[in-house]
Amino acid sequence: MATQAQHSRTRRDFIFVATGAVAGVGAVATVWPLINQLNPDASTLALASIEFDVSSIPEGQSVTILWRGLPVFIRHRTAAEIAEARAVPLNELKDPATDEARTKVGHEQWLIMIASCTHLGCVPVGQSGDFDGWFCPCHGSHYDTAGRIRKGPAPTNLVVPPYDFLSDTLVQIG
Amino acid sequence: MGLSPMSEHSSYTPGNSVEKWLDDRLPIIRFSKEHLMDFPTPKNLNYWWTFGAILVMCLGIQIVTGVILAMHYTPHVSMAFDSVEHIRRDVNGGRMIQAFHAVGASMFFAAVYIHIFRGMYFGSYKAPREILWILGVLIFLLMMATAFMGYVLPWGQMSGWAATVITNIFAAIPVIGTPLLELLRGGFSVGNPTLNRFFSLHYMLPFVIAAVVALHIWALHVPGNNNPIGVDVKDKRDTLPFHPYYTMKDAFGMVLFLIPFAWFAFFAPDILGHPDNYIPFNSQVTPAHIVPEWYFLPFYAILRAIDFNILFIDSKLGGVIFFAGSILILFFLPWLDTSKVRSGNFRPMFKWFYWLFAINFVVLTYLGAAPAEGIYVVLAKISTAYYFIHFLVILPLLGRIETPRPLPTSISESVLAKAH
Repeated sequence: MATQAQHSRTRRDFIFVATGAVAGVGAVATVWPLINQLNPDASTLALASIEFDVSSIPEGQSVTILWRGLPVFIRHRTAAEIAEARAVPLNELKDPATDEARTKVGHEQWLIMIASCTHLGCVPVGQSGDFDGWFCPCHGSHYDTAGRIRKGPAPTNLVVPPYDFLSDTLVQIG
Repeated sequence: MGLSPMSEHSSYTPGNSVEKWLDDRLPIIRFSKEHLMDFPTPKNLNYWWTFGAILVMCLGIQIVTGVILAMHYTPHVSMAFDSVEHIRRDVNGGRMIQAFHAVGASMFFAAVYIHIFRGMYFGSYKAPREILWILGVLIFLLMMATAFMGYVLPWGQMSGWAATVITNIFAAIPVIGTPLLELLRGGFSVGNPTLNRFFSLHYMLPFVIAAVVALHIWALHVPGNNNPIGVDVKDKRDTLPFHPYYTMKDAFGMVLFLIPFAWFAFFAPDILGHPDNYIPFNSQVTPAHIVPEWYFLPFYAILRAIDFNILFIDSKLGGVIFFAGSILILFFLPWLDTSKVRSGNFRPMFKWFYWLFAINFVVLTYLGAAPAEGIYVVLAKISTAYYFIHFLVILPLLGRIETPRPLPTSISESVLAKAH
């Protein structure tokens, strides 16, 4: 009798756990759309790619454009700025990256970066700070002329978005 | 709600057959009489104890003015800023209603800090009031979330950049950081979806706060109030009925509290804010000096103080861990303070460290507003370290090494001794 009682209890436990598991999966499946609606919607995602003609930017000047709602710097760097960025030994960098790796071959004068400080997302101020690049006024992060983090709380370099030069002056971001 | 040991002997007898009929079905009059009128309350409570009632009033003011503001406000990026100006200029009495709501947030936090520091001095978090304290910390967290989202709604420069910086805090979490950031914002940057959901949540959270306040008062009414000497109520002579003694004392406290409240609202409604928030939000330009509202400054100072990597944790994540830890550590206070004596009045060493902690907290407030450079950076690190040392080292040690002064045997005895 004892084994039978044990047996039926095991079977009951199984049904109990199985029911609970199905209910749990159902609950998650119900809750997920309620959470997922918070994610970027189709109209936001539709702005994921833009084109911009850089020919109007003179050397030594920058423009800020919007890509996916984020400000993006396009800087036409001077030869001195490029030389300064390339002269930095990699072991001095918190987030090591060469200047070449942050630009496109044949378009080294163009530096294109998301203009959000990698610390907490403020827009850094151009051509200021201790390294002639960018300075974030919020918490004091300094970036160099290649947008690499040199000093302050930001953990990484300014982010280079995915982009390509479609022609010599037309750039597609995203 | 459950009956507390202190109030189970109800003095309520239904006055007529209608009351009797109601009492048998929903004893709401009995409940109100027990908990709002007859509730036995220690007779030695000082004015620091009126802040509970003052906080209930603050929540009421925020809900009433907030519901009215929502009737005139438009949660859309192209109209939000103008609709707030519309409230201030065109809506009948809107200038004052908006001022009371904005100033009300500051007054709410001023009162809650006094309430928290009162609890810390008099050991109100100690057994058997741990749950009461934990619910209070939860209310404080909900208040912070609500105030932050409310600050975003006028959609000025400070609003938008506060939203950007604070949501970015979540991006520091490894692996899930960036997807979580986009989920919170509803986009790659702070925009219309962000404003919309913040409005929705800002409207909802105060009612969640009200519900947790109900639990907080329930948890208060099980053991009853702590009191300035921290000695338990022993018999009826130690207490007074809540009404009329404490309803009157609380009402008087509220009136006093409303004096600075009204002064700010009528004479300096913007003094606690930032001029930059009268510039509409521009996602391409960050204001040169961004600081949160004064009531977030101590925690903001802690966030900024960690500007160095700790082993494999980078400075950004480290800042976030200390920032979150500085608030979450309050949940553990009942177990970090090892002293059996509740009231700071009878703890000669604790008293000094308590005031040192309070001063350090004010220093953190000051540093949170100071620019992150030079001596301020060093001081912020020292103050942050002391904040945690107080909880993790000083409080656990004090309970072991301190000799408390002798406690009065009862509340009555201490009250009578004072009279002579």
